[in-house]
Amino acid sequence: MAQAVKSERLMNLVICLLVARGYVPKSRIRQIVGGYGDQSEEAFERMFERDKEELREVGIPIETGSFDPFGDEEPGYRIHRQEFELPEIRLEPDEAAVVGLAARMWQHTYLSDASTTAVTKLQAVGVEADTRSLGAVEPRVGGEEPAFWPLWEAVRDRRAVRFRHRKSTGAEPMVRHVQPWSVLSWHGRWYVVGYDVDRQAPRMFRLSRIVDTVRSAGPAGGYEVPAQDVVREAAASLVPPERNESAWARIRVRAGSGHALRRRATHVEPAGPGWDDVTVTYSSTEMLAEELVTHAGDVVALEPAELRAAVVERLEAITKGAS
Amino acid sequence: MNTSARGGRRPDSAPAQVARLLAMLPYLRSHPSTRVADVAALFGVSERQVVRDLQVLWFSGLPGLQMGDYIEVDMEAVEGEGVISVSNADYLARPLRLRTDEAVALIVALRTLASVPGSFERDAIDRAVAKLEEAAGEVAQQAAAVQVQVDGDAVAGVAATVRQALDAGHRLHLSYWVPARDEATERDVDPMRLVVVDGRLYLEGWCRRAESVRLFRLDRVLDVRQLDVAAEVPSEAHPRDLDAGLFQPSPDDELVTIDLTPHGRWVADYYPHESADELDDGGLRLRLWARDRQWVRRLALRLGGTGRVVDPPDLSAEVTAAARDALAHYGVQ
Repeated sequence: MAQAVKSERLMNLVICLLVARGYVPKSRIRQIVGGYGDQSEEAFERMFERDKEELREVGIPIETGSFDPFGDEEPGYRIHRQEFELPEIRLEPDEAAVVGLAARMWQHTYLSDASTTAVTKLQAVGVEADTRSLGAVEPRVGGEEPAFWPLWEAVRDRRAVRFRHRKSTGAEPMVRHVQPWSVLSWHGRWYVVGYDVDRQAPRMFRLSRIVDTVRSAGPAGGYEVPAQDVVREAAASLVPPERNESAWARIRVRAGSGHALRRRATHVEPAGPGWDDVTVTYSSTEMLAEELVTHAGDVVALEPAELRAAVVERLEAITKGAS
Repeated sequence: MNTSARGGRRPDSAPAQVARLLAMLPYLRSHPSTRVADVAALFGVSERQVVRDLQVLWFSGLPGLQMGDYIEVDMEAVEGEGVISVSNADYLARPLRLRTDEAVALIVALRTLASVPGSFERDAIDRAVAKLEEAAGEVAQQAAAVQVQVDGDAVAGVAATVRQALDAGHRLHLSYWVPARDEATERDVDPMRLVVVDGRLYLEGWCRRAESVRLFRLDRVLDVRQLDVAAEVPSEAHPRDLDAGLFQPSPDDELVTIDLTPHGRWVADYYPHESADELDDGGLRLRLWARDRQWVRRLALRLGGTGRVVDPPDLSAEVTAAARDALAHYGVQ
């Protein structure tokens, strides 16, 4: 039952510091909070330091100070009620409904718990947010990448990090030192934007390409984050640019096939029974070739010749790899 | 999952228990005679844990802990009828402030919701965000550092029609492209809800053609029409449990093994898989459950020389045959 004893001690410490009129000196805390009195001086010091730290970690604001203007007196501790309590908040039924829905969004275990706790606190002050009924719109956001949580914490605490990151799929991982500004989900994938200390410029890294662990590389509050519009601008300039589709290709497509090609075609004309010739614009020969081979025998690249060659090369890589 | 000291704190650790009690106590005060089971569900812990929490409360109170200082918990009612009654704790009438993670999680979720097209209570969302920001104070500013972009612009028209049909309770007609088979299909669907997963929009509904609940990606809807017919979602149609993953395995799925070269590793980023094992050449051996052989065939063709199906062997042979068939069009043997 050591566990329950510790919880009781922490609860009583919180209540003691909350109801006190001023700062409570450490010696007084030792006397009146159960569980401290029967410890040796040294054991009490250690225990009390740890208790304070753990309570601060769960969000309880324990202040240190003294009312003595000369600072002669032993410093004391208190919990300022205004810092401790959730202020007045009232939500209309439609506001409470969207909050209940939002609380279900996160699939990341800890954020899901954080959302639930937040709603519970709101419910305690009379907000009737229903987190269980089914809505017409259900949002879910993952964040399952192992790097997600350490980077969320790093952004929150303004703490520099280092990690190994694979730039593209084939590349060797490289160590990066980053002051993270923001984590963002773009086209369903998570990125971190921040100041790359080695390159001395803003950079963006895809979370799923971070290899093994994200490690702390600096103190909390170790840097300033630029204004939000600067961060947004940096992120916008770092996402891959829209492609300039200036080249055109002619492709023979079997009837009833190649819907994605037909949807973006600039021109379609019949090419004998069961086939159409489709014209599309494109930017990268390799990317178009990659798309065309997925259709196997239902699609044939007609021109340009380099597109035909790229398709043939890809198909031969498969037949040769198999033999 | 990666856990840090804070993220990974066990629900039965002393600080977690104290934090829970500080939320539970005001809740119990504003909701008299709440059942143990309901509190357990609300806080996501077991009923036994709730009873243990209350026992801690029973030994807590004002400094000195003389008679009359203790928080009163009717443990007989807890253990007997399973109903909670707490008193003598007026100094803990309000819950703790929202912590940074709590405020940010909720505000980012609300902003994401507001960016869903076809939405939707945007006014209520804006008001809720403003009130939460005010209550949370300074820590709410952190929410700006997290953004979830919803791919909504291209599908805004489809989403609006789906939303209208949902609100009106009408059936929809879809022309829907199935990329695995490269086929445009026509079907009537009774809409159940719009689902937004990782920024992508889906319609979940009862497909009258398949006679089952199906998920349709809005960016694959070629055309959508609201029909002047009431939707009839059968009682056996259950929306899927999104927390168990969007694509749940079916007994008919086939386990496929694909060897990827270093240049084919992207596949592991894009598709859910059973396992990914490093290969000696810097590549990956990926095992994934496939619903549709045509989908695997397309993936293997796309990979070209950067990935190869190794199991099942007959699927591997199908891929090679498809490549040979295509090469014949180019006059290559």
